Formats: sequence, structure tokens, C-alpha cells
Amino acid sequence: MRPWDRACLALNLLAADPERLRGLTLRARAGPVRDTFLNAFGHLPQPLQKLHPAMPRDALLGGLDLSDTLATGQLTLRKGLLDQPGTLILAMAERCPPELAAILAATLDNRPDIALILLDEGSDADEHAPKTLTDRLAFHVTLDGIGRLEAKPPPLHRPGNILGEREGAKPLRLARPAQAGRKTSSVITVLTTLAHRLGIDTLRLPSLAVNAAWTHARLNGRDHPNDDDIEAAATLVLAPHARHLPEPEPPQKDDAKPQKEQKKAQEQSLPEDMLIDAVKAVLPPDLLENLRNSHTSRAQGSGAGQRKKGNRRGRPIPSRPGRLDGSQRLDLVATLRTAAPWQTLRGRTDGPLKVYPSDIRLKRYEEKSDRIVIFAVDASGSAALARLGEAKGAIELMLARAYAARDHVSLVAFRGDQADILLPPTRSLVQTKRRLAALPGGGGTPLAHGLKAATELALQSRAQGLSPTLALLTDGRANIALDGSANRARAAEDATQMARWVLTTGIGSVVLDLGARPQPALATLARDMGGTYLPLPRADAHRMSDALGQALDDGLGA
Amino acid sequence: MPQTFPFSAIVGQDDMKRAMILTAIDPKLGGVLVFGDRGTGKSTAVRALAALLPEITAIKGCPINAETAKEVPEWAGLETKSPETRPTPVVDLPLGVTEDRVTGALDIERALTQGEKAFQPGLLAQANRGYLYIDEVNLLEDHIVDLLLDVAQSGENVVEREGLSIRHAAKFVLVGSGNPEEGELRPQLLDRFGLSVEVRSPTDIDERIEVIKRRDAFENNPKNFLRRFRPKDRAIRDQILAARENLGNVATRKPILKDCAQLCVTLGADGLRGELTLLRAGRALAAFEGANELARDHLRAVAPLALAHRLRRDPLDEAGSTARVARTVEDVLG
Repeated sequence: MRPWDRACLALNLLAADPERLRGLTLRARAGPVRDTFLNAFGHLPQPLQKLHPAMPRDALLGGLDLSDTLATGQLTLRKGLLDQPGTLILAMAERCPPELAAILAATLDNRPDIALILLDEGSDADEHAPKTLTDRLAFHVTLDGIGRLEAKPPPLHRPGNILGEREGAKPLRLARPAQAGRKTSSVITVLTTLAHRLGIDTLRLPSLAVNAAWTHARLNGRDHPNDDDIEAAATLVLAPHARHLPEPEPPQKDDAKPQKEQKKAQEQSLPEDMLIDAVKAVLPPDLLENLRNSHTSRAQGSGAGQRKKGNRRGRPIPSRPGRLDGSQRLDLVATLRTAAPWQTLRGRTDGPLKVYPSDIRLKRYEEKSDRIVIFAVDASGSAALARLGEAKGAIELMLARAYAARDHVSLVAFRGDQADILLPPTRSLVQTKRRLAALPGGGGTPLAHGLKAATELALQSRAQGLSPTLALLTDGRANIALDGSANRARAAEDATQMARWVLTTGIGSVVLDLGARPQPALATLARDMGGTYLPLPRADAHRMSDALGQALDDGLGA
Repeated sequence: MPQTFPFSAIVGQDDMKRAMILTAIDPKLGGVLVFGDRGTGKSTAVRALAALLPEITAIKGCPINAETAKEVPEWAGLETKSPETRPTPVVDLPLGVTEDRVTGALDIERALTQGEKAFQPGLLAQANRGYLYIDEVNLLEDHIVDLLLDVAQSGENVVEREGLSIRHAAKFVLVGSGNPEEGELRPQLLDRFGLSVEVRSPTDIDERIEVIKRRDAFENNPKNFLRRFRPKDRAIRDQILAARENLGNVATRKPILKDCAQLCVTLGADGLRGELTLLRAGRALAAFEGANELARDHLRAVAPLALAHRLRRDPLDEAGSTARVARTVEDVLG
């Protein structure tokens, strides 16, 4: 089955039973292929409702209609989008804030008449729709690599296709036959085992897969799911969430199982390996690579801090006009003060004050955003033997300090001819510690690479509302240039250039010289970066951490 | 209103179920913190437990679910006070919630349109005599968690803002859940939850299959499924109700008190909350099991729940504190 057909099939299944399949995640950039796919949404049985991530809460949940209330002097309530049945489409789902995700997740759990479609336009692996939502939706569709010509509108007349034929009708709600018991049980066994072997932890997905298998069977006019249905469910529901490919099954343990039962299970279900092959075929090869790499990492959260809206706490700043949307606080005094001069003009003689929506003033607060310390650690051969252990010790102590101050930390290591982000910004120390322990050493000193990666990360986290600081831990001169060549002069030039870039971004920085003898080159580099230079010959972890902590605090004026 | 998954049909997760039952027996235990993976039945368990408990009698229309007419606050402005039964309330606290919404605040529309100073009750009022459930408690802003824990412990919500001065009963069981990999909870806050549980998704294939089977059966035919588990649910409910009655009669002897103290000292738990919770939880368990005296076995069973999150820990220590508690329990209680 080609990817486009698979996408259409997912949509068909969803249209048949939105109540049990709950929705789909569409991960694709805007383009003609996506448009064709989006047009097919018009055939979904329920009314569509577009949402965007910045949706005010009262638009979703309903609430007070302020303008009407004020105009009529009577309490008027407005219905929210989540009050009526329908299919919600969340555009730019990768930017969905956790609050909205929580609201939508609760809606999915409590309201069977609402389905959700996430349009995830994330460009790299870190940018994705919240897992709390994707785990609750049966399908995950990507449109990568589908040509424009291939993307025809979903075919209309074919068995198993209901889009287009039943415009505006009610969902089919394909009922299962009453005596589905034993058959269901084998379907469940196969799909759950498969999910487990694919490394899918949550139990929501296998449950959705079972529902998908049934819907597929009913769509094709079968009373019970057969192998095709199970395969379709596995490829559509489970494959996109696979975290690793299963190792070959260990030899059968449960010989005690009655022979008869085993035989029956074999008759009814595909051999698992065939299913795994089917799943494998669906996954693009590079995805598998990624999966293998990210197997150890389990960063499932949104990672970084949120943008500071500053409307709840912190230092008060003057209030400003706005609309009450349930997420902000009214500045009552300021509102009344705005309304007061107009009372005569508005014709108030007696009775309540005449307040218009334009008088509303909202409270605002300003808060310092969270700090993030990005460690760029030299793991090259020269540093590795002598100092890497101490550097690790110092970072651990710094981490403990960051934990107390609720700072975020991130770790970039450079060695050989590359720099890796070993740890994306996080507050989770368990993860940090694990990654740090696994930090390997050896190779050249690609200082420029390290600086580049760290600065990019710093800019990224600044865009997310954090205040970044760079801590560069190295022992010597750069000897690998940005293009990967082992040319000292070029490497030094590149490093200087990167350092100047750091200066232009205005990110605070500290350079820790770990060498046995302080390197003048590093002092120059620190000056280029506009940062503090700390030579630390023969420092133990504690001294290093103290010095670094002090430099960071001074440097930031925090 | 969708049907609620029956409590007794939840497969495994015994620690979580036990902790929740204990708080149902003795709401003063002070909340449960459930830390663990997504999709492990955390919210299902809370809702199921609330549905399992008998309906409460409350005055019709009362914003704080008051039991008798005398307890209905004046600001509610109720004219007729007739009792009705309603299910035990479960209030979901959304992540981005504002302080106003939690504690209640000046009723702005009434203030603006009618010029009246009136109180608009918040989620704490709604949760009175029931459960307040917070998903992703570790992502909630610290000052709100602080406020919640404060109220949960004192059982009273005090509002002093915008010229309002109101206090009303807010006795609820706080249930927080979260995933530690997404950010941790400050130790100060951790300590104030009564019990803590770590949940994992089951690794045993058969158990997983059973979970999916039950879920599937429930979704396809809720009525049949509920009927199948009703006797079990009812048995648990009766046991809880009996335990509530029995709670006052559980005797606590001196040696057991000493055991409690010894455990906490050995573990180096800060403050005295550890002992108190351990004692309360142990008593609730004893009552649940129909015993009339608190025994070491009860302590052994509840110690991990009551103490695991109270250890002064090295933030970089990876070893689970549950293991440490288990070891110490072994040492102290033999």
C-alpha cells in the first residue's frame, strides 16, 4: 500500500467511527498534497471546527459574554467550541501549549462525540504535537515524499470507502456482532503483544489499534477482523509510535499452555513476524535510525520552559486595556477609573455605573524568566584523560546548584569533528546525570563546532523565553576547523568568529580553562565572547564548581 | 455523562489503588501523589474511586456541597435549602488555571453590571467533600500548588482579596499526577502530599492484554461490563464504609508508635509529618482489613507510600527512594 493510500484509509476509518478512533495526527508541511488531504476532511461525518494554539480559554469552554453582559446589564453566557459535538482541527499543533493540551485531552476522555485532528507542522524531530494528545488519537499520518500527482482526492467508489458517499450523514457507528468475544480476544492479544515489542509503553494505543482493526473489518463487510485488518491496524496505528524494532522472540516459555489453545491462536492470527515486517515496511529507513538513537533518551516533555506571559505573578506593571478571556485578571480599580469620566456622557443618572468593554483594564505582572545554563564541554583527547572526570564532577555539582535555583541545564559536548547536544534543555536531573555518565572522550578539539552548537541552542532557548548563559569548559586551542579539516590556524580563526557571534547575540558566557597551564589563547577567546575567563589549573571539582557558580552569578548580575 | 470505568476492574497498580482507598477511608491523610508514565490509568482510578463511593447528601444548589442547611454559606444566597443526593464530586484542575479560578474571587460581572460586591466560588468550593485531581502537577505553577496544599491540609479556603473576606469549608482529597521526566516537584511541596505512589506501565504481556481486553469490553458494552463488576465494586465500597466506621476503634499501642518514630529517624525524613502520616495510613489500612489494632504488618505495607517522597535526597541520586524505604523497613521492623 502506498503512503497516500494509507493516509486515505486512515481518514476513511476515522470517518466510519470517530467515537472509538478519536482522531488523527497529520504531520506535514503546508503544500498542495496537504491541501488535497485537508479537502477530504469535508466528508467527515461531524461538523468541523478550527482551533489554533493561542485560542483563548473562554472561546473553548464558553463563559461570560462581556460585551453583551455590559450592554444589556444582564448576565449573558456564551457557548464554547467544546460544548457542541464535532471534529476539532487544531492547526499548528506543534505549538500547542500544555494548558490547551490538557484541556483537549480531558475533552477527548470525557466527550465521545468530539474527535480531534492535529495538524502538526513541526520541521524537526524536537518540534511535535504534545504527546498527551497524540497518544489519544488512533492515527498518525505523514505526507512526506508523496508527489503531487500521486495525491488524488480519496477514491470514491471502492469497497471499504465511505468518504463522499455519505456526505453529512451521521457516523456509521459500526456495531460489533454480539458474539465477538473470543475473536476479539485474539485480536487484542496480537496487537498488544506487538505494541509491547515495538516499545510502545502506553496502553492507549493498542486499545485504539483494536478498535481500528474492527472498524476496518466492518468497512470491508466482514463480521470479524481477519489478518488484513490486523495488519492495517498495526501499520496505521502502532507503526508511527514504534520506539524500537523488536528483537527476535525468545524461545517460547509457556509450554504449559494447552496445545489446543496455542493452535487456535495460530490459526486466527498472523505470525507476529509477518506483522513486524509489515510495520517495518511502513517506517522510512532514516526514521529507524533515529529511533535506534533516541531509544535511550526518553525526553517526552515539552522540554523547555514556556514563554513568560507574565499575567499571574511577579512584579506588577501598569495595567493595559484588553479583553477578559478567563486567563487574565481584571484590574478593577483601573477599570472603574477609566469608566468614571464618561458617566455623564453615557447618560448615567442613577443606578449602576455604566461600564463599556473598552474600559476593561487587565492586570499585568512581569517576571524574570527562568535561567538556563548551557555547558559546552570539551571531550577531546587532550582534555579527556586529564580533566574530563573533574569537569564531569564540576558539572554535577553545578547541576545540584541549578536544581536548587530551579535553573534549566543543557549539555553540549564537542570532540573529534563534531559537537553533539547530549542533553536538550531540561530540569530533570535524573536524565542529566545519566547522559553525563555516558559522555565519551577522545579526538580533536573542534572548538568552533562546540561554540556554534551551544550558541544555536542558546538562541533557541531564548526564543522560548529562557535566559541563557554559556559555560565553555575546555583545555586548549582549537585544532579542528568548522569544515572538519585539521588545520590549527583555520580552526583558531573559526573559533574566534564564533566567539564574536556569541558577543553579538549578547549571551552571557564564561570560559573555564581546564589546562594544566593557562592558555593565553583562551583568555583572548573569552574576551572575544565578551565573557569571563577563569583559569583553573589543578582545580578539583568543588573549586571548579564554586568558581563557575560565582562567575555565572556575577556575569549575569543575578 | 459518560459511564465511569469500574474501580475493581483496574488491572494491577495495587499500590495506587491501595493509596486511593486509604484516602477514601481517612481524607485527612492529605492527598496522593501519583508519579509515573502516561496511560497507566491514573485518572481512570481517581474517577472510578469517586464513582464507587456512595453519593453524598448536599443542599440543592449549594456551591460548596454543604451537607446541612446550617453549613450553607451566606454568600451563596440560597432561599430554599432542600437536601438532594449527588455523586462525590471530582474536580479537574486544568494546568493554566489562574489563582482566581482556584480560590474564587470577586464576581466581576455582578460588580460591574449591578454594582454589587459578590463572591464567585472557585474550584476549591466545587471540590469540597470530594476529590481534586491535577494532572501534570509538576508543571503547575508553584504558587498554585502551594495554595492547594495549604487548603487541602487546613480544610478551609480563606479568600482575602479585592475587598472580599470570605472563608468556606474546602475539605477534599488532593490527587496529583505527573511524569518526573518532564520536571520535578520541589521537595517542599513533595513533603506535603500525604502518600506517594510510583506507577509504571505493566511490563507483563498478559497483564497488558488483560488491560486492553477489559477496556475494550467496557467501551463496547458498558452496561454489561458494569454489571459484571458491580458486585466487586460494591464489596470494596462496603469495606471502605465499614473501615470509616471502624477507624476510631483501631488501637495503637506504644511499641508501634516507637516503630514509627524509629523508621522515620533511620530514614532521616525531615519533620514529623512522616510519622503522623505513617500512623494515619497504617490505621486506615488496619481499619480496612478489619483489624482492631495497628500491627507491624500494616506499617510495613504503608511505609513506602507514606515515606518514599519524604527522604532527604541527593538530587543526583538515581536509586529509587522506594527501594531505600523497603530496605530500612526490613532493618527496623525485622
